[in-house]
Amino acid sequence: MSLTARESAGIRRQIKLPNSEAVKIAVRSLKIRFWRSIITAAGIVLAIAFLTYVVTAGSIENAMRAEDAPMDLAAMQKAATRIWLIAISLLICVVGISNAMLMSVTERYREIGTMKCLGALDWFVVKLFLIEAAFQGIAGSLVGAVIGVFAAVLAGMSEYGFAVFGSMPWGTLFLNIILALLVGAVLSTLGAIYPARRAGRMPPADAMRTEV
Amino acid sequence: MATAAAEVQLKHEYAVKTLGVVKEYVMGKQTLQALKGVDVEIRAGEYISIMGPSGSGKSTLFNMIGGLDKPTRGKVYIDEVDISGLDAFELAWLRCRKIGYIFQTFNLIPVMTAIENVTLPMIFAGMTTQDAMDKGAELLQLVGLGERIRHKPLELSGGQQQRVACARALANDPAIILADEPTGNLDLRTGHEIIELLRHLNKEKGVTVISATHDLKMLDASDRIIWIRDGRVDKIERRDELDIAIGTVEGENEA
Ligand SMILES: Nc1ncnc2c1ncn2[C@@H]1O[C@H](COP(=O)(O)OP(=O)(O)OP(=O)(O)O)[C@@H](O)[C@H]1O
Ligand SMILES: [Mg+2]
Repeated sequence: MSLTARESAGIRRQIKLPNSEAVKIAVRSLKIRFWRSIITAAGIVLAIAFLTYVVTAGSIENAMRAEDAPMDLAAMQKAATRIWLIAISLLICVVGISNAMLMSVTERYREIGTMKCLGALDWFVVKLFLIEAAFQGIAGSLVGAVIGVFAAVLAGMSEYGFAVFGSMPWGTLFLNIILALLVGAVLSTLGAIYPARRAGRMPPADAMRTEV
Repeated sequence: MATAAAEVQLKHEYAVKTLGVVKEYVMGKQTLQALKGVDVEIRAGEYISIMGPSGSGKSTLFNMIGGLDKPTRGKVYIDEVDISGLDAFELAWLRCRKIGYIFQTFNLIPVMTAIENVTLPMIFAGMTTQDAMDKGAELLQLVGLGERIRHKPLELSGGQQQRVACARALANDPAIILADEPTGNLDLRTGHEIIELLRHLNKEKGVTVISATHDLKMLDASDRIIWIRDGRVDKIERRDELDIAIGTVEGENEA
């Protein structure tokens, strides 16, 4: 190495990707690939809608039951089934969301390789894709959560009639939405970090030749 | 003092030097040696063409010289610095500011407009958005695309895309331009314009140009031609020696 420490420190300061630029680039990229982004987000919407529906239907049922009777055997069985359903819908979220993000990043390896040729550091790539994933994750989860809650309320109405609104646990519903947002955002971010990091670490020549 | 001056001169004598560069690709049980020990020395300010049949290892050498891939054995020096010793920051700096890349397949970022593609390296180099936009517009003007700066790559013809790629390669005033078959996907006339542009940069700005090519028109612009065959340097010729070689040029056609 013939670079001096000072030169080296100078170089460190000279390569950068300011946050404002990163957000701009990520938003532009989401907009331009609008339909592709929608498809990725749709995967997230479905998974989160299912999760929110199952959880919220449970909340509503609990609230209704608290009004009339203590738990009988049938109710206990129902609760057990519900726990299973929640576990399964969580699994669907993990697999569905990480797969959607994985695909949407992997099909852009070439772009990542090109960015590295232009002087991007590994973590620029991670940062850009993280921002994109967070936007998709949050937007997708929000829509999914609202759909899920709406569907659960409709289902409650068809079971209990308008009485359901009398004892609707609004606070819990709100909490469910927040929880679903969190799950969606975390899963899509993780699903994007892994391939972005992998591509970021590859020599650019390899990333550019990777075809999916 | 005198030694310091000599050192500076020495430092700039070779823009690129490779020493026994070997590149092996491992595919399952098979190992393919794409480069079998390549030594080349390229002076700052030279215009070099790398010629050779398809599959001879031109792109592989291009990737090694450009720090886009690591040789299996051997060393690559850019400005007398062994690039295998560079850390991630230094390597990114080299790719960002020292070298401009032009690819046969253009490799523009599809989700960005022409000007966004051109300004990206400047943003990585820490330029403010406004300065980058100004310089980007200027560069696109230079390559004759002043009116198309807001177009996305897919809305441009191949030749226009390659001109955007040229403008992008010039973004941070690189000392070296590496071009892998820059005219490979272009018609004769557009190809000629790209070559003219490279020659102009080389003559006017002293940019070292290294270009892999099948294109015989390229030879005319070059100071030296490095012939690669089967992963080895076959021969190196200066342009004034060239007419003897035209026979070989014809011979290349079978490859
Ligand atoms: N990533 C890779 N994995 C395996 N083999 C590779 C890889 N890249 C190149 N090769 C092989 O290395 C050899 C040299 O390839 P290279 O792309 O450097 O040739 P080239 O001279 O650029 O050819 P062309 O003129 O067709 O572009 C070829 O035999 C090719 O199959
Ligand atoms: Mg090639």
